[in-house]
Amino acid sequence: MEYFLELLLGGLTRGSIYALIALGYTMVYGIIELINFAHGEIYMIGAFTGLIVAGLLTMLGFPGASILAIALICAVIWSAAYGYTIEKVAYKPLRGAPRLSPLISAIGMSIFLQNYVMLSQTSDFLPFPELIPEFGFLKEYNSVMSSSELVIVAATILSCIGLTLFIKFTKLGKAMRATAQNRKMAMLVGINVNMVISATFIIGSSLAAVGGVLIACHVGQINYYIGFIAGIKAFTAAVLGGIGSIPGAMIGALVLGLTEAFATGYVSSDYEDVFAFSLLVLILIFRPAGIMGKEKTQKV
Amino acid sequence: MSNLTQETSQQSFISFFLTAGCDSVAHAVKKSFIVAIWFVFLTFPIMVIQVNTIEKTVVWHWNKIGYVAIAVFFGSFLWRWLLARKELKKDESTEETRIEGLLTRIQSHPLLKLASLGVLALAAILYPQVFDLYQTNIMVSCLVYIVLGLGLNIVVGLAGLLDLGYVAFYAVGAYAYALSNMHWGIGFWFALPLGAVLGTLLGLLLGFPVLRLRGDYLAIVTLGFGEIIRLVLENWGDITMGPSGISNIARPGFFGMKMSIMDSTIYMYYIMIGLVIFTIFCVNRLQNSRIGRAWLALREDEIACQAMGIDKMKTKLLAFALGATWAGMAGVIFAAKTTFINPASFTFWESAMILSIVVIGGMGSIRGVIAGAVILILVPEYLRNFAEFRMLLFGAIMVLVMVFRPQGLISAKRKIYKYEASNTASAANE
Repeated sequence: MEYFLELLLGGLTRGSIYALIALGYTMVYGIIELINFAHGEIYMIGAFTGLIVAGLLTMLGFPGASILAIALICAVIWSAAYGYTIEKVAYKPLRGAPRLSPLISAIGMSIFLQNYVMLSQTSDFLPFPELIPEFGFLKEYNSVMSSSELVIVAATILSCIGLTLFIKFTKLGKAMRATAQNRKMAMLVGINVNMVISATFIIGSSLAAVGGVLIACHVGQINYYIGFIAGIKAFTAAVLGGIGSIPGAMIGALVLGLTEAFATGYVSSDYEDVFAFSLLVLILIFRPAGIMGKEKTQKV
Repeated sequence: MSNLTQETSQQSFISFFLTAGCDSVAHAVKKSFIVAIWFVFLTFPIMVIQVNTIEKTVVWHWNKIGYVAIAVFFGSFLWRWLLARKELKKDESTEETRIEGLLTRIQSHPLLKLASLGVLALAAILYPQVFDLYQTNIMVSCLVYIVLGLGLNIVVGLAGLLDLGYVAFYAVGAYAYALSNMHWGIGFWFALPLGAVLGTLLGLLLGFPVLRLRGDYLAIVTLGFGEIIRLVLENWGDITMGPSGISNIARPGFFGMKMSIMDSTIYMYYIMIGLVIFTIFCVNRLQNSRIGRAWLALREDEIACQAMGIDKMKTKLLAFALGATWAGMAGVIFAAKTTFINPASFTFWESAMILSIVVIGGMGSIRGVIAGAVILILVPEYLRNFAEFRMLLFGAIMVLVMVFRPQGLISAKRKIYKYEASNTASAANE
């Protein structure tokens, strides 16, 4: 039973991180129908920015919790800036181009950013300082749940609720939904579509940065390559849930996280990624629109 | 007089360059300045600060800020100029570039065509005699990538199906030869068709379920398949030897003759030249056949294509399977060439590399794909000094080509049928 609980919580943690990244994918896809391959790299850049800021602050002797807060804020700011710039440089000039072009541009951007971080920082694994304090009340449950897991799950739930409220009730959220439904129509009713797209990239990147810093605290090390596999998994989660749908991304991420956790726990840890990809392939073959997505009929 | 006009045209060029996309020079400078500051801010933490959390030391690279600022300041002028130029040329998109014009001129002139083909053939034959082992080896891998590029070109360039897991078929070919050679001593010449057949079968097997998906979904499922194959190769240690790979794979034999490494590399080179010619021939024939036209129709508009009575599923499957055939063959050759394979050779980046050969060279264009392979494989080899920056430049080039020249270096020409005044139809060149 304890093993089961451990796996369940591990799966939830994993799923939470996937959800934070998957939201960025799904929002961008919903609005401009582009698989933003560089999104995983934004997550990685978030983790690196967090590491740099946290490293500096620890040396200056700041207390633990404030370091986490400042590192998170800095990671969010810089990741958002990267997301915004990437959209302006690599995707905006390609609006209206054939669909393959922005996708390849995105792959190029992803390669570029990975190597940029590798050359500027290092290609080795960097240890990430432990920023999340040990909670006293979790002491007796230590074998089942660590405090970093609790923080990750809580932060994800808060972010998801915040994002849902934002999309539902604010003016910008409304504009986003309108743009996702029909970009031309949204322009006609006076929505600044460029601004909405930028905002989407900024919000998506911020969420990815939060995920990056938190998972780096949890795992304890990062390198320039972490964005790739996390990005693909998160994309898998987004597709599982039905790409373009925000609740879908959250559900898809949880399903993926739990599947991976239980499959590794009960079957074999070697094939962890194989399970994730097989799940993706099966879902796409039998329910191409995903769990929450709506089947779209193609029209001339 | 002519001097004067030249001067004015030069001046107008400079002023166009400076003010492209802006009202005045001052505005342009201000814009570039802001962009430069933005990028300094953007790159500040990652480029300037290096923290070592174990030894608690910080290294500051302040000079990098200067490089970034200067590069971005001037780069942004270039960027705006290129964007403005692209916008201007939008209407003349059919206009040929200088290289394309030259190629067409050579091709339309029978004598010139023959002569240039002769020179090319002579160069290909003499290459290993003139250059040393190292150069020949590089050339062989370049030729392997040409075959891979041409194979993927069928799938992506002609049929418009984005396949991000192409490397899976390549891996299957390589492992088929390596394993059958290790266990049963099967030779290269028997393995080559075997690899092709296995590639085709796997292509059909994978294609059948996934080809119902559209564009991006297809891309991501093929990516998933590619990763699954690699992970299985890595973890199924009993059969595939796991991450340590398989070594001592036999090189291709020639009626049981013993060959030195030098000779066998040269032999390999000629095999590859033969295979490349065979591939070019096949792809060219396919392109202009009924099925090739069906692929183009499918790429342009699926629904209209179905309305014309083309079996969508069959056409797609054929493209997928044929693409995989060449990957399987290239895999066998890769295994025979390196005599050692492991799963690390078949990562997603390999797929991305082959895809960028196709895309940067020019989708659907045979000459383009060859040019793409030559540039992307040979240039990095000769830029060993910049080995660190290789992938960085590679990514940047992918983005830049897509932004400024989405059709690739040498764009594909659709076959146009021209009708003379006398109403006798004559086909124009490709």
